[in-house]
Amino acid sequence: MSEFFNIFLFGAYPYIAIGSMIFGSILRYDRDPYSWKADSSQLMSQKGFRLGSNLFHIGIILLFFGHFIGLLTPHFVYEPFISAEHKQILAMAAGGIFGIMAFFGMVILIARRLGNPRVRATSHFMDILILLLLFLQLILGLLTIPESAKHIEGATSMLALAEWAQGIVTFRPDAASYVANEPLIFKLHILLGLTIFLIFPFTRLVHIFSAPIKYLFRSGYQIVRRRG
Amino acid sequence: MTIRAQIGMVLNLDKCIGCHTCSITCKNVWTSRGGVEYAWFNNVETKPGLGYPRNWENQEEWKGGWERTKNGKLRPKAGGKLSLLANIFANPNLPEIDDYYDPYTFEYEHLKTAKESRTTPTARMKSVITGNYKDKPDWGVNWEEILGGEFDKRRGDYNFRKMQEQMYGEFENTFMMYLPRLCEHCLNPACVASCPSGAIYKREEDGVVLIDQDKCRGWRMCVSGCPYKKIYFNWQSGKSEKCTFCYPRLEAGEPTVCSETCVGRIRYLGVLLYDADKIEEAAAAPDEQDLYQAQCDLFLDPNDPEVIKQAREDGVPDSWLEAAKASPVYKMAMDWKIAFPLHPEYRTLPMVWYVPPLSPIQSAHESGMLGEDGVLPDVKSLRIPVQYLANLLTAGDEKPIVSALERMMGMRSYMRTKTVEGYDDIRVLEQLGMNEYEMDDMYRMLAIANHEDRFVIPTNHKEYAGEGPFDHELAFATRSACGFSFGNGCDGGEIQRSNLFGAQTHPNTMNGNAIHAQTPGNGWNDEGSKS
Repeated sequence: MSEFFNIFLFGAYPYIAIGSMIFGSILRYDRDPYSWKADSSQLMSQKGFRLGSNLFHIGIILLFFGHFIGLLTPHFVYEPFISAEHKQILAMAAGGIFGIMAFFGMVILIARRLGNPRVRATSHFMDILILLLLFLQLILGLLTIPESAKHIEGATSMLALAEWAQGIVTFRPDAASYVANEPLIFKLHILLGLTIFLIFPFTRLVHIFSAPIKYLFRSGYQIVRRRG
Repeated sequence: MTIRAQIGMVLNLDKCIGCHTCSITCKNVWTSRGGVEYAWFNNVETKPGLGYPRNWENQEEWKGGWERTKNGKLRPKAGGKLSLLANIFANPNLPEIDDYYDPYTFEYEHLKTAKESRTTPTARMKSVITGNYKDKPDWGVNWEEILGGEFDKRRGDYNFRKMQEQMYGEFENTFMMYLPRLCEHCLNPACVASCPSGAIYKREEDGVVLIDQDKCRGWRMCVSGCPYKKIYFNWQSGKSEKCTFCYPRLEAGEPTVCSETCVGRIRYLGVLLYDADKIEEAAAAPDEQDLYQAQCDLFLDPNDPEVIKQAREDGVPDSWLEAAKASPVYKMAMDWKIAFPLHPEYRTLPMVWYVPPLSPIQSAHESGMLGEDGVLPDVKSLRIPVQYLANLLTAGDEKPIVSALERMMGMRSYMRTKTVEGYDDIRVLEQLGMNEYEMDDMYRMLAIANHEDRFVIPTNHKEYAGEGPFDHELAFATRSACGFSFGNGCDGGEIQRSNLFGAQTHPNTMNGNAIHAQTPGNGWNDEGSKS
């Protein structure tokens, strides 16, 4: 039975979650572009916003790229440059620093969202839910650091998790088996992360896809539109 | 040279009585929706005053508009593209809702449903956002109406710079004027430049600046980027909104709602032809006092055969060229030089211009007496200081303002002599450098201000069929486009649309129903009044 759950949660659920994220986002972008927005509440209250929002955003973006690169870079690619042990220590240090940045940012943002009457009144259910889920996920992530510290030798856990992630994106049917015997805290972190992917298109997180990098490459500043 | 045409506006402040009809009609048409209760695409301020939002003119505070860099290039005052993106998580220059005002409504329903009581029931004030009771408003769109409030607060008015503002706090020296404000539909819009999504654009065919509501992602950089603070963040939809210049009306040849309903007939709409290739150069003029003239130099003479030829090649239809010849805006701005851009020092090249107001001659002079400056009273003796008007309209350069005020005063003197005394006062004409016909024309435009003289707006007709922005097929395809809605087509925008991708948190309170309203017949309810 536990093998069934392991295969479902770490072998099938990732595809359900990522599928929801991709197709849900496409659907929303196509059917309801008006709802696609960052939904900032800065107009409602500035108190603590600059510090909180910057800490949170910078912290979480760096964490995202850390996970992305850390999990999806195959072992043989980085092996000539850095040993798995050192990579794990690097990941723990960087994750710890950015995690703590994001943590303090989120404390400010959550206090503001729940405590400021204007921000609270203009919050959707999903806004509060996703904020709390991200916070929980961040705490789970920070809690994996002491757990990782126990497995530095050989970096076995890190390699297994990376193997799993690479197995998922390369459609290997045995991907789930890599994490079967890993500590619970890693599993919870993965499952909550996948759940955030699952509900992604139904939250304000979609604004991530609209990060206006293109702005930097716009020629000049002005836009004149021809009719039609 | 690339010639483009734009519908420009002139407001004759000399005739504005501050009745707010323009604001009310605009509000009813465009911002009577959830999330923009606090937003007024058109508002009328009493000057001197801090205005709405508070102290909007001071760009040291808001960093709106453009600045000229050391190497002569233009850059948004808030910073270039990279630093603007670096501030995207938290815009350091964004106003807070209290800088506009906390929107409120009144519990009107209570008046109908209150139980019998010894005192008359009242409709209490409620915040639209939180639903809590409020005892009083804190700021508003016309907070300083007719010099309301202490001078000590109003003296912060940005236009008092380089002036001894203390003097104008004294009763004998006090003065006031009205300033109706709307989006300037600039030639060099700072909002367009600061929009990271590229959702804001200027229409090629008539110069109207619009926000694509489907492309706007709510990064809110335009709100602070616009130095006139005429872009508003809809806190319900999470998108920015702005004055549309009533483009569906303009397309049909009708004036904007604010212009049409102006009881003082102070607003004028007409075509201006300009050289689109020279915009950047004009906006980057080294001395900010040269910006007014630089913008005038962009405008092209609609009677010049060379201009007409080039304009045709660039796709401006004949009806627009004909309209440009009769444009009241061109006449006031270029022929008579009595209209000026609002704060040209922001370098946005605004296209809503203002005729400065005359004011009573100060008590030291006997009214009606011909003063020391030739046959006309000295404009320096007018109650509104010329420097103040210059700070508002020409970046502080008094000369063009003095000349405009003289022409307006001279016109009155000339017409008075003509109708009362029965002769043409040639001395006035000579002093003003105008001829009899120009004077008659100006008189008709300013004093009589007939509807057909004020609004010369060409329409899109099927005669213009063909390639280009004026193609009637395109005009037909986009006919009856919706105004603002909550993304639900033309259904009126207030349907409580709830789906997986989100819904509104608040119902519309602009219909008189306060949120969290008490149940009918329940009598007094003080829930929420403690906050």
